[in-house]
Amino acid sequence: MLAIKLAYRNLVGAGLRTWLNVIILAFILFMMIWHYGIIDGWNEQAKRDMKKWEVGNGQYWHQNYDPYDFFTLEESHAKIPEALNNVILEGSATPVLITQGSVYPDGRIQSMLLRGIEPDQKIVAIPSDKLDIISEEIPVVIGKIMAKNCKLKEGDITTIRWRDINRTFDAAEVKIVKVFNCNVPNVDAGQMYIDINTLQKMMQAPQEATIFITSDDFEKGEEILGWKYKDYDFLMTEMNEMIRIKKIGGSFVYVILMLLAMLAIFDTQVLSIFRRQKEIGTYIALGMTRKQVVSLFTVEGAMHAILAVIFVAIIGTPFLIWLASIGMTMPAGSEDLGLPISETIYPVYGAGLIVGTSVLVFTITLIVSYLPARKISKMKPTDAIKGKIQ
Amino acid sequence: MEKTVIISLKGIKKHFPIGTGKFTALNGIDIDLAKGEFAGFVGPSGSGKTTLLNIIGSLDTPSEGKIIVLEQDISQLSSKKTALLRRHNIGFIFQTYNLLPVYTVYENVEFPLLLLKMSASERKKAVMDSLDWVGLTDKIKSRPAQLSGGECQRVAVARAMVKKPKLVLADEPTANLDSENSHHILRTMENLNKDLQTTFIFATHDDKVIKYLKRKILLEDGKVTDDNIITN
Repeated sequence: MLAIKLAYRNLVGAGLRTWLNVIILAFILFMMIWHYGIIDGWNEQAKRDMKKWEVGNGQYWHQNYDPYDFFTLEESHAKIPEALNNVILEGSATPVLITQGSVYPDGRIQSMLLRGIEPDQKIVAIPSDKLDIISEEIPVVIGKIMAKNCKLKEGDITTIRWRDINRTFDAAEVKIVKVFNCNVPNVDAGQMYIDINTLQKMMQAPQEATIFITSDDFEKGEEILGWKYKDYDFLMTEMNEMIRIKKIGGSFVYVILMLLAMLAIFDTQVLSIFRRQKEIGTYIALGMTRKQVVSLFTVEGAMHAILAVIFVAIIGTPFLIWLASIGMTMPAGSEDLGLPISETIYPVYGAGLIVGTSVLVFTITLIVSYLPARKISKMKPTDAIKGKIQ
Repeated sequence: MEKTVIISLKGIKKHFPIGTGKFTALNGIDIDLAKGEFAGFVGPSGSGKTTLLNIIGSLDTPSEGKIIVLEQDISQLSSKKTALLRRHNIGFIFQTYNLLPVYTVYENVEFPLLLLKMSASERKKAVMDSLDWVGLTDKIKSRPAQLSGGECQRVAVARAMVKKPKLVLADEPTANLDSENSHHILRTMENLNKDLQTTFIFATHDDKVIKYLKRKILLEDGKVTDDNIITN
């Protein structure tokens, strides 16, 4: 109690020196929370968007389907199994037929995947309803990355080529009826969306599909012969791994900020040893034990951290909330990173992040306060009283 | 009536290492000091006055010899026990005041009482009494930087006296003070010595202080060369 009382008195008495340290620590603590909040916000957004645009609640894959090997596409489609017919009718799953194709914008050739999708599906956010129009050309929708790469825009007509199940090439004119804005590159880059019924006819593969995307209310029943169920966790494996790597990268910034915090306190404490030697000698002369002096200096350092946490709680919280409401606008071109990234990222501050960061800053502060304070305990009181640097 | 001896030094020697050799600051000191004395170690610079005062105050240990302070052999005490001895029984007055710069006058004087874990009301009374002795009750909210040298030393005296210690050790207490302030401080200490029977021991070569001493112990080259007790 005495150490706390004296430390408080010393900090208040030190005035500006204390507040400078507290402000630096508070700023670092704030930056750590905000920085990790941005990463967490990005991760949350990426997961949310992947679910919304691509993976749904899980997927059935044709047994031959391998998303990393396009050559498997020719062999990875089959009739929609009866077990899924009712589920599709109820809107709990939607079939997608996928085939390789080429698009010829302005006479250039560009590879792509043609994805046949039900116009009335509501499971993923692709604006498939735009496909439900009558047009001379086949209506298709594409994402903005695809549009940018192919230099296509809404209303443009272009030629596509594909092969049917007999491996015969065919071609047709398509009309871009919608360019959608999506944060998930897998859904956008090199993808063209077409009415599944049209694609089935084009491929001569009636009632066939490559995958089924399921909705949240889908309940997996028995195994379906020829089809493999991939649950949400499996489909997010790659994303989760990417997040893990991103977090490791983010940890470097976290560590650098932590080092700055440590340096601020360590510097203050080490300087204190030299500048406050006379004071330390006086404490000992007045009857403080060496242990009490170490405690006093350690508590003083730790109090910087406590005051910084209070400072962030009072001043920083409204600011963090405001930053969370306006988000952080990502620079132009960030969609080219190949990561699901939205134009604006909204930081997410979990209780774990706030408490964990505060506890970490407090613990580190305690350690770096203790180390120089321990040196104090070895000081000769007669030299300390005179303020002799040892 | 026989006076109670509260400090007994027998064959005290103190060596300091210098390069490969050693410097002998104290070379066989044998002195007894009684309760209520107003004594001083006098002598030129380097004679060992401050070293001896530090050893009596348990801030330093002798290289040889035995020292009993308030019935405790301090050369045998642990650092914690010497801290407790200082906390309860010894007050220090330093040449450079050694006030805690971020504390107010009141807080500086209160500090020794916080270590003694006295209640707030007891502390307040003791601090105000102590500041009253030195005539600084109007400066309780000032910080050391706002005080003159004389006022700082009066605060140091108040701090040393606030717990009513059995022993006060004053190392060159007037070295940084003008004549008027020196006499003011010394008269204050003299009165406290009379009123509270506190033992005062000085280390000084200041004639102003020497005039007030009731016992002058002359140190030269680490030895006592004269011990002059003045009787009224």
